[in-house]
Amino acid sequence: IFVQLETKFRREVTATSRHYVDRLFDPDPQKVLQGVIDMKNAVIGNNKQKANLIVLGAVPRLLYLLQQSSSSMELRTECAVVLGSLAMGTENNIKSLVDCHIIPALLQGLLSSDLIFIEACLRCLRTVFISPVTPVQLLYTDPTVIPHLMSLLSNSLRTQEYITQIFSHCCKTPEHQTILFNHGAIQNIAPLLISPSYKVRMQALKCFSVLAYENTQVSMTLVNVLVDGELLTQVFVKMMQRDQPIEMQLTAAKCLTYMCRASAIRTDDSCIVLKTLPCLVRMCSKEHLLEERVEGAETLAYLMEPDVELQRIASTTDHLVAMLADYFKYPSSVSAITDIKRLDHDLKHAHELRQAAFKLYASLGSNDEDIRKKITETENMMDRIVSGLSESSIKVRLAAVRCLHSLSRSVQQLRTSFHDHAVWKPLMKLLQNAPDEVLVMASSTLCNLLLEFSPSKEPILESGVIELLCSLTQSDSPALRVNGIWALMNMAFQADQKVKVEIVRCLGTEQLFRLLSDPDTNVLMKTLGLLRNLLSTRPHIDQIMSSHGKQIMQAVTLILEAEHSIEVKEQTLCILANIADGNTAKDLIMTNDDMLQKIKYYMGHSNVKLQLAATFCVSNLIWNEEDGSQERQDKLREMGFVDILHKLTQSSDPNLSDRAKTALQQYLA
Amino acid sequence: MSGQSSGGGFLMSVVVHGDSALNEQEKELNQRLRRLYPAVNENETPLPRSWSPKDKFSYIGLSQNNLRVHYKGHGKTPKDAASVRATHPIPAACGVYYFEVKIISKGRDGYMGIGLSAQGVNMNRLPDITFAKAGWDKHSYGYHGDDGHSFCSSGTGQPYGPTFTTGDVIGCCVNLINNTCFYTKNGHSLGIAFTDLPPNLYPTVGLQTPGEVVDANFGQHPFVFDIEDYMREWRTKIQAQIDRFPIGEREGEWQSMIQKMVASYLVHHSYCATAEAFAKSTDQAVHEELASIKNRQKIQKLVLSGRMGEAIETTQQLYPNLLERNPDLLFMLKVRQFIEMVNGTDSEVRCLGGRSPKSQDSYPGSPRPFSSPSHKASSSQPYLTGFDSNCCNGVTSNKSHSSSPHSHKPCPPGSGSTLPASDISLNGSRSQQPITRGSSTAVMSKLPASQSNDVDMEVDHFTNGVTESSSNGFLNGTSKHTTEPDDCDADMEVESAQSKRQLCGGSQAAIERMIHFGRELQSMSEHLRRECGKNSANKKMLKDAFSLLAYSDPWNSPVGYQLDAIQREPVCSTLNSAILETHNLPKQPPLAQAVGQAAQCLAMMARTGSGSCAFASVDDYLH
Repeated sequence: IFVQLETKFRREVTATSRHYVDRLFDPDPQKVLQGVIDMKNAVIGNNKQKANLIVLGAVPRLLYLLQQSSSSMELRTECAVVLGSLAMGTENNIKSLVDCHIIPALLQGLLSSDLIFIEACLRCLRTVFISPVTPVQLLYTDPTVIPHLMSLLSNSLRTQEYITQIFSHCCKTPEHQTILFNHGAIQNIAPLLISPSYKVRMQALKCFSVLAYENTQVSMTLVNVLVDGELLTQVFVKMMQRDQPIEMQLTAAKCLTYMCRASAIRTDDSCIVLKTLPCLVRMCSKEHLLEERVEGAETLAYLMEPDVELQRIASTTDHLVAMLADYFKYPSSVSAITDIKRLDHDLKHAHELRQAAFKLYASLGSNDEDIRKKITETENMMDRIVSGLSESSIKVRLAAVRCLHSLSRSVQQLRTSFHDHAVWKPLMKLLQNAPDEVLVMASSTLCNLLLEFSPSKEPILESGVIELLCSLTQSDSPALRVNGIWALMNMAFQADQKVKVEIVRCLGTEQLFRLLSDPDTNVLMKTLGLLRNLLSTRPHIDQIMSSHGKQIMQAVTLILEAEHSIEVKEQTLCILANIADGNTAKDLIMTNDDMLQKIKYYMGHSNVKLQLAATFCVSNLIWNEEDGSQERQDKLREMGFVDILHKLTQSSDPNLSDRAKTALQQYLA
Repeated sequence: MSGQSSGGGFLMSVVVHGDSALNEQEKELNQRLRRLYPAVNENETPLPRSWSPKDKFSYIGLSQNNLRVHYKGHGKTPKDAASVRATHPIPAACGVYYFEVKIISKGRDGYMGIGLSAQGVNMNRLPDITFAKAGWDKHSYGYHGDDGHSFCSSGTGQPYGPTFTTGDVIGCCVNLINNTCFYTKNGHSLGIAFTDLPPNLYPTVGLQTPGEVVDANFGQHPFVFDIEDYMREWRTKIQAQIDRFPIGEREGEWQSMIQKMVASYLVHHSYCATAEAFAKSTDQAVHEELASIKNRQKIQKLVLSGRMGEAIETTQQLYPNLLERNPDLLFMLKVRQFIEMVNGTDSEVRCLGGRSPKSQDSYPGSPRPFSSPSHKASSSQPYLTGFDSNCCNGVTSNKSHSSSPHSHKPCPPGSGSTLPASDISLNGSRSQQPITRGSSTAVMSKLPASQSNDVDMEVDHFTNGVTESSSNGFLNGTSKHTTEPDDCDADMEVESAQSKRQLCGGSQAAIERMIHFGRELQSMSEHLRRECGKNSANKKMLKDAFSLLAYSDPWNSPVGYQLDAIQREPVCSTLNSAILETHNLPKQPPLAQAVGQAAQCLAMMARTGSGSCAFASVDDYLH
């Protein structure tokens, strides 16, 4: 019976809805108008009714009436109002409206001269555009729209509120920023910051925050803007006053943060140090909403990322480091029992809170050893990072690994807390299967964990990391290739023969040489570094050169012949010097006249670093007390090396002249 | 010899210079303290302004006006620690209190503590110090430079903030609303250090090793930390708390109570038309006969327009015996009459050919805290008078352009017209308190629509009058409707603002009349003294009034404030209250009483240590 009743009820509802739609088709315009007005009253706050009307096709008819120039202004306005009301419903409603091409129709409506109608259209557009389901690009398809919106800004407080709200939601990319900037967004919106309407002020402020984000051009312009005789930065500072609404303080702080990061404001400017930073720290405190705390922490992390002085100040402001520990206590055990609604709310924000805290810790600890110590000493910090590394949320994992990476720059922490908490385990796990951005951070952290003084190095080696790192070097992402080869380089430093052989075997010479021709200089440098670390201590040199000598010599030749930076050539010459230090490996150079000519050339190079490296190489070749040293000395003398060495003893660089003298002594012995 | 004397001269000039600089600093200090702590009554609870030379341990030396502290003991053991307290404890009415200490030198070890302590704490330690052993004093709180720890009534510290040393500025903020304390370092808040603080703490510093020198800033200089911003936050919090005070289901009761208060206020100040309209639209009974209200209104208007002679006469007519029973009141009225004669506004001298200098007659439009309502005198249409003050408000600004700027001056210092609201004490023994014009107009604007239409009509009418008589202003425009003799009227119109004000309006006859009246007053005063004994208030009143004659231009003399129209207000409200009392009506309206009580409550909160009183000034709610 109940089912029957319900169906009957539903049928009746649909019937009344149909009646509303039918009235839109009445031949009498007066009756149509009344129908639209009745419809307006029927849909307010009634999502079901809204959905019904959409299903029954009310939208195209309303749009038709709205666009018809024969419709009265009143009717067109009421249509826009009803459409605005429909848009206030569910996301599905918005989708249906957008599918019916409501946006171009409403934008067309803005060309009217009737302010009330324009406001109704803008209101509806605003509601549609702030929905996440609406593609923001639709605002930019017609190039005349933005300039027209700019011109409407002066019309009324409502147009100002709606238009700035549309802008702040539809400015998502640098291109959008540029379009708005080029159409005078700054000059048009700046005066609105002192509007009598709070809503207008707030939306204008939001516009500036999205416009300035990572945009140097906008930020540089903003610092010189005057609003009613006052610098914009000062207007923002006033908006951060502690009696202003939190939303306003936070958004003003964001504006100044973005301007600072875009180098438009110095980091030691008092409006950053004494106003923005303390304001953002305050936003992290427990008395604020969870959303505000997340946003505050993220913005603060972004603000101080590049500046150690700001990090130091923040670390002692209002117990920030301890305050952040609270971010991990959601949902709290209390909320779970007492209040389901609160639990739901907490759960929703728990991930966001944790990732924001990790980000802020990462930023705080990125330079200063004392701050890192303070962070690791915060209650359960390392445990939290370890569990953060294996959370389901990508965002949390990424932030946790960023935090770990920041702390891994501390020699002391690597030696103590990192080892105590075996952070390498979850880190290795994270590396098995993760998106690139996580991999970059994780592998970068691994590089630090593989430094020779790190006690975690041994267990990591045993966990089969070499294969993993070798696979990273084959990645399409230059950052991952760098980290992979960098970690291998660190691993090879003063390593056992066994490890070195394993690296070479696993990486394969082919891959090694591919990396030596990598377009990314960083990759090339680290690969050379790896080679250099592999080719250290005589037995290792001889062993590796005996199996891969030919290819290595080839690669060295190629690099020395190609266009490369001084650093790359220096590193290459150092490898050559290492080869020259081997017992049998020496011959690979001595028998290669071309290579000897190259060394000679670099001894006479204008760069001292290269001269030094080349001289090192010669010095190793002619070293006494080694088999065949006499022959080598003779050969090199014949080739004119001695003359060059004599010349180099006169060098103004003390290192170089010393090195040359030492080399010449080999001939005297 | 000559060198010596010139040296002496030089020294002297330095001293003089130093004094003036010192005065500047003093002035700045007073200004800043008033701005930061407006709710503090320094007669009751003085603010700390320097370290106390009496309340210190002997190892402490003070200099630079007792703002600089240095250590002069040997500083060998923690027992050698020494502290000094400020001259006064922190008053609760500060709401939020703040001082800063600059480290001039960290000395040998930098064992410096900055903080708070209660009276009676042993000065032989740093504020909660630390370096002393167990058995530590109660109610002593400090933040120590050497380790950055905070110490709260115990010898063991808690990790709190960074260390501090030479060149750092450390601030200490006491929140007397939630009884917490936080420190700042170089303008950055370090977070809460202490909670549950007891009341009446003194700013305190402690030093322990030789060479340690610190300077205090109790408001002598701008603070490094933006304490005013912090105070703004708390003011907003407290005000939000008041605004959101839950009324619950008693909303209806509240509304009718407020309506009653508004109605009684209107009646009290004889806004009879408004009162009638208000009572009608809110369905209330008026507890005084309309005729009676109008009578009072008439008298008040006479007083406020300076026509004291007529006012006294009318009072005697309408309320026989009232003035006979109140000789002091009569005396006060007569003194005022004398002043108005000097002014040239009293009817007696006016008709002797004197002119009324317009600037004196104009009614200042600037709102003042709690002064009496304004009434326009010269209208012959009594039923309109309820709106008169409104019209007047609308026009005075016009008029001020043509009249002397004098008329817009706020009430001069020392005048009686802005008695502090606390004078409406609960025991009712003090003089009554009139209500502000500011709030009266606010009431007017809340009239129902039909009413304000009426007002508009009337305003239009008056505006026409004003435009006809051009820039001469409202008074001239409406004076056409008055019953005054035509010659006076004409005179007034001819005379424009540029004419210099003259004694008694410049008429010789008027001057003679005034002098004669003065003699009468003198004898009345003597008579009063014989009858009722000495009355210093009366004596001073008379002396001040007579002093006017000692100056060739009384308006610009030190006692010239008496001639200001504002001075009519207290006279007017005293008379009004006296009349009301004879009718067994309250001599002050319940609204004023409520305001007075709120002010008393705040004063009581200040005395009992509730810091939130700092941010709940009654004036903030009298827009």
